[in-house]
Amino acid sequence: MTTTIRERERRTGWMLIIPAMLVLAFVYAYPIARSFWLSLFTENLGTQLQPVFSGLNNYGRMIQDGRFWQTIANTMVFTISTLVLELILGMGIALVLNQAFKGRGAVRTIAIIPWALPTALIATTWAWIFNDQFGVVNDILLRLGIIDTGINWLGNPAPAMLSVIIADVWKTTSFVAILLLAGLQSISNDLYEAHSIDGASPWQSFRQITLPLLMPQILIASLFRFAQAFGIFDLIQVMTGGGPGGATETVSIYIYATVMRYLDFGYGAALVVVTFVLLVAVVALAAFFLSKLRTATTGDA
Amino acid sequence: MSTAQLPAEPRTQTDKSSISWRRILWITAIVLTVIFSLAPILWQVLTSFKTNADIEAVPTVYLPTRFTLQHYIEIFARRPFANYMFNSGFVAVTSTLLCLLLGTPAAYALARLRLPGERIILAIVLVVTLFPYILLFLGLLEIVRATGLANNYLALIIPYTAMNIPLTILVMRSFFQQLPRDLEDSAKVDGYSTWKMLLHILLPMTIPALVTTGILTFIASWNEFLFALTFITRESMKTIPVAVAQLSGTTVFEIPYGAQAAATVVGTLPLVVLVLLFQRRIVQGLTSGAVKG
Repeated sequence: MTTTIRERERRTGWMLIIPAMLVLAFVYAYPIARSFWLSLFTENLGTQLQPVFSGLNNYGRMIQDGRFWQTIANTMVFTISTLVLELILGMGIALVLNQAFKGRGAVRTIAIIPWALPTALIATTWAWIFNDQFGVVNDILLRLGIIDTGINWLGNPAPAMLSVIIADVWKTTSFVAILLLAGLQSISNDLYEAHSIDGASPWQSFRQITLPLLMPQILIASLFRFAQAFGIFDLIQVMTGGGPGGATETVSIYIYATVMRYLDFGYGAALVVVTFVLLVAVVALAAFFLSKLRTATTGDA
Repeated sequence: MSTAQLPAEPRTQTDKSSISWRRILWITAIVLTVIFSLAPILWQVLTSFKTNADIEAVPTVYLPTRFTLQHYIEIFARRPFANYMFNSGFVAVTSTLLCLLLGTPAAYALARLRLPGERIILAIVLVVTLFPYILLFLGLLEIVRATGLANNYLALIIPYTAMNIPLTILVMRSFFQQLPRDLEDSAKVDGYSTWKMLLHILLPMTIPALVTTGILTFIASWNEFLFALTFITRESMKTIPVAVAQLSGTTVFEIPYGAQAAATVVGTLPLVVLVLLFQRRIVQGLTSGAVKG
């Protein structure tokens, strides 16, 4: 009797889940699996776009491909700098938004606007701000006497990288701030009061209470931001197109160009596979630390 | 925080001055937060109302004396921006509805019904939210070509539905877990089948959570760039992000800064309105989607 109810519940459960899983399989699992398969073939203009089995040739080519290593380096520079800046700034904004003050709701609303806006549009906004002739950044720096002539921000390697990093930090810091704010709100005020009665300064309270208790949120935010920054496409494609001279070309931009411009599907697939494997490795590592942290905190309680 | 409550109880003289210093610091921080969040957008809004002469003036004009609507007229009269807006809206709304339709039942099953392997399913769903779209783009491109779906709204609606299903499952699942179980149990005692109970009792209570999730999926769909850029090449079917990004590329010698600014303002307006109306829900949805899951 009970088993039949249980069975019926299970059957209903699967019927509820399967449609969603099928869509996920079709849009996520199949394309990635397909890339693994296609990466074993050469399929480009040389083979007249016909797949010709070539084993691990694409991967061998990748090891020799200086442009690939350059994009990996660019991606790491972009990912790590944005991640660090976003955590610091996001923490600052979260602390501000956690204060009790008049109009806090309005400030919170304003603070999440950047997160909600389309990245491609934000990219044109920042390209305009960094415009070499009429851009407001150059104008301000000139007025302050910091520079004598306008900088061609998007036309020189290092300034271009700096520009896309700043644009990305602006766009996504609010996401980090929202996650950290949720963590801050769950920390009891009593802790701080007891701590300050013991003579701790605000900075000591921050380091000894806020940071440790916020660790899970910091890790989760870092994980999300790492994955998204590692796969960054729209912002850079629109702001610099990966230029000048490949200085801001990230892995995604390279994959896109390999497939859409050079029509090199086999090699593109191999690039997808390597990106996928790198990403999964980092995610697995982060998940491992996260679960360790969670058991540590629940073990204490 | 200890500084969270601004002083109410009487304090000594030295304490007072240190508090007011602290207060000034916090107010500065609040002002900086607002400037940081708004300045780039406000700059774009200002640019969109400037005349071309003021836009291209050196040094930069911060307080223009003349304002114009010519850039807005240009994007709507000379370029099909009404069309782009419709495309974005249609694709985003359709995929949001589909996503809720598919994701909500799955979320319910994962929250309430004990299924073998549900932890694995949940882990997969969590990991999938981290995949950048570039990993899917090659495989999907092949499908789109093979099925002739290029320049068809479905080429966007299907991936947008899929990419929002994980978030829907996570947010809705955490909502269902917070609902009291008695409700469903008593409905079952009253002879409702699981399906009837879902439709007549649970669904009406679920509407606020559906709105929250729907806002998040709408924003994500409206903003998507890579698939829209790759699968849609016909001018009349483009979505806002691609249309605005390509505005800069169309004329090599003269970039239409004003039109670009106006287009950015128009394309972000629906999202700004959503944020203004639903700030609390967005924050709630994001945190339950990312943290509790």
